[in-house]
Amino acid sequence: MPSKDERIMMGNEAMGRGLVECGCEFFAAYPGTPSSEILTAAVGFAKETEAKMHLEWSVNEKVAYEASLAASYTGKRSAVAMKQVGLNVAADPFMRSAYLGTKGGFVLIAADDPGPHSSQTEQDSRFFARFAKIPVFDPACPAEAKAMIRQAFELSEKYEIPVMLRPTTRVCHARQNVSCDQPDSLNRAPYFEKNPGRWIATPQFIPELHRLLNEKIEKIAEEDAYRPRCFTGDKSKKEFSIIASGVAFAHAYDLLDDLGLSGKVDLYQVTLPYPLHKDFIEQIRSQYEKILVIEETYPVIETQLLDLRVQGRRTGLIPNRGELTPDVVQKALEQFLDVPPADTAPPAAVKGKRPSLCAGCPHRAAYYAIKTTFPRGIFPSDIGCYTLGMNFGAIDTCHCMGACISQGTGFYFAYAGEENPPAIVVSIGDSTFFHAGIPGLINAVFQKARFILVILDNATTAMTGNQPTPQVGIRADGSLGNPVLIPDILKACGVRFIRECDPYDMDALSSRLREADRYCRSEEGGIAVIISRHPCLLDRSAAGTQLVLAVEITEDCTGCEECLNEFECPALTADKAAGRVVIDENLCVGCGVCVSVCPMGAIVAREK
Amino acid sequence: MNHIKQQIIVSGVGGQGVVFATRLLAEAAMEAGLNVLTSEDHGMAMRGGTVVSHVKVGAFRSPLIRRGQADVGLFLNRENLSVHRGLMKGAGRIFVNTDLPGEYLHCDATGLAKDAGAVVAANLVLLGYAVRTGGLFCTAKQAENVIMRISSPRQLELNLKAFRRGTGDRHEM
Ligand code: SF4
Ligand code: SF4
Repeated sequence: MPSKDERIMMGNEAMGRGLVECGCEFFAAYPGTPSSEILTAAVGFAKETEAKMHLEWSVNEKVAYEASLAASYTGKRSAVAMKQVGLNVAADPFMRSAYLGTKGGFVLIAADDPGPHSSQTEQDSRFFARFAKIPVFDPACPAEAKAMIRQAFELSEKYEIPVMLRPTTRVCHARQNVSCDQPDSLNRAPYFEKNPGRWIATPQFIPELHRLLNEKIEKIAEEDAYRPRCFTGDKSKKEFSIIASGVAFAHAYDLLDDLGLSGKVDLYQVTLPYPLHKDFIEQIRSQYEKILVIEETYPVIETQLLDLRVQGRRTGLIPNRGELTPDVVQKALEQFLDVPPADTAPPAAVKGKRPSLCAGCPHRAAYYAIKTTFPRGIFPSDIGCYTLGMNFGAIDTCHCMGACISQGTGFYFAYAGEENPPAIVVSIGDSTFFHAGIPGLINAVFQKARFILVILDNATTAMTGNQPTPQVGIRADGSLGNPVLIPDILKACGVRFIRECDPYDMDALSSRLREADRYCRSEEGGIAVIISRHPCLLDRSAAGTQLVLAVEITEDCTGCEECLNEFECPALTADKAAGRVVIDENLCVGCGVCVSVCPMGAIVAREK
Repeated sequence: MNHIKQQIIVSGVGGQGVVFATRLLAEAAMEAGLNVLTSEDHGMAMRGGTVVSHVKVGAFRSPLIRRGQADVGLFLNRENLSVHRGLMKGAGRIFVNTDLPGEYLHCDATGLAKDAGAVVAANLVLLGYAVRTGGLFCTAKQAENVIMRISSPRQLELNLKAFRRGTGDRHEM
């Protein structure tokens, strides 16, 4: 293979590469599994190819969407990426952008997570696209995801409409050999053409914009380039057709091969599930008696076919929740094609080790201090690594980004009239606080709510791969930004009680917490904020600077397992035979925090 | 055109190098002029949970291996057999990092890796061992080329040494 540039790439990297190759000049994102690596990859490829591109980790998805959309108004190609629930945050600009349209190609990557593997819902963004009347591509593999970026830009520019690319976790995280090209040099000078009827679009302009939007969607549904691809059978099962999209199509393709049925039944791959190609709908209804639709996660193609003979989610042949793994697709195919089941062995119970906070994680220390200081407390929390605090009973709620602060207000007023109300201790990560915590805090202060807010400041977005937060002041491409400091924000939001503490010193944190509680209950009290500050240990440079102690468990250990159940450091494990707990030297980072957890004083630390 | 088709799983826990072993297999497939698709569990897996990766070499479209379909299984610890053995074909070849005998091929990869310089290289020892038995689609030469290409300079010597412990090639750099 001489000059061909082929590389093994993760789906997310392939999409990042695709954006760079298409001459995209503005790309904003907010990290969230499974989409996080797209922007990081684009940063790398833009450097490699010397492409001129603004790349940013925006503070949240709504901001990312709006910024990117404005760049498109100037005629440049722009893009935005997020996970599916991020699109809920960006729903406001998203819905309206369909009406107003775009100028330069505008691509939204919304990564879905059927299963879900690491999300609070398994919603289908293609459904959202249909709701918004925005076309959506559904790739089956990394190489296809990259190729669809180009198709999406072209479609977007032809109709001046935002276009969504909806990969799923399996596409984002799969790796494949993908070929690379040099970036297009579009060299478009920015030109924003003022047009109040369109870019301001007060209600009187909306009916006309809506008419135009409908017309665009009608025309796109007639574009033969997006007609589903047919892998034709030999007519031995000519009344059957299987219609699939995304990775479910890939599973179906491999399965038909395994079952010895490839080339026997007509298999269609839908690459543009919305709007579904008009003639295709007619063709399917007239040509086949038996029709199966396989798609993740909601019935988007199925409902557009408008045919009661269609089998799928409505008929229960495809389960109405969960990921369509090859095993699930196999069962559906066997039933649909009426072939005997290949094997009936139940799937192995996949029960691995449950994930937990890292050894030495500062969040664990903070949580242990919170729950032991307030045994009766209510602990609203939020989304991030720190949600793992649920393993040892240190958090009580987790809803959506930033919700914990508003929940603190709700809990406070619900208990406000009671005698001796419980302490309410809200915990939120630094990145989540920037993302959506601030309006909730302003509201809490304004409404005179009283609770303790602990900001778990580990100077990063650890959950999704350690992207820097605005406070750190480093931008996506590594250049310096203007740092925005959390204490400054707190003051500006009207918070009068602000303390900082390193959670490794649990006694100090505990006394700060009691002080905060007294403040909340005092006459002049309000919101008390404690910034629990210690860097994430996955940040190698920070981890390297911290003191490493030699930690041991002495003969005094009675095997009560308090340290395992209430603290759960992965470096502590039960030696059942010996009836005691031991430290796994390979995992222990020597933070020494567990010393104050053991009621027997059996854990001892000394300086190395 | 090469018609090799092989489905491989790599099973372990976070920190055992499942991801690197998977990448190595993928690059080796490309080196051999074959199409390849891999996938692995992400997210919380990196916080110490069980990890399994799927490697499909040849003309496949789906990145996942169905139950009972893997031709080769590389188990970086023996405990994971109870979790991931179900992915293996009846006639599939299983390689386990352990010194305990069982219904599988095994070698004490951790011990050999420690010997070669660091326990973290057990993944490469096991890979080398699987290559030696002829169980994998690639040759030792192809695998070594890839190790040289993708290892960080700091890890290169250790990786090669560990791989050669696995292949039984005592000739070290
Ligand atoms: S180390 Fe302490 S807390 Fe842990 S089991 Fe032993 S006595 Fe109990
Ligand atoms: S010192 Fe204790 S808490 Fe810290 S990592 Fe080691 S075992 Fe875990």
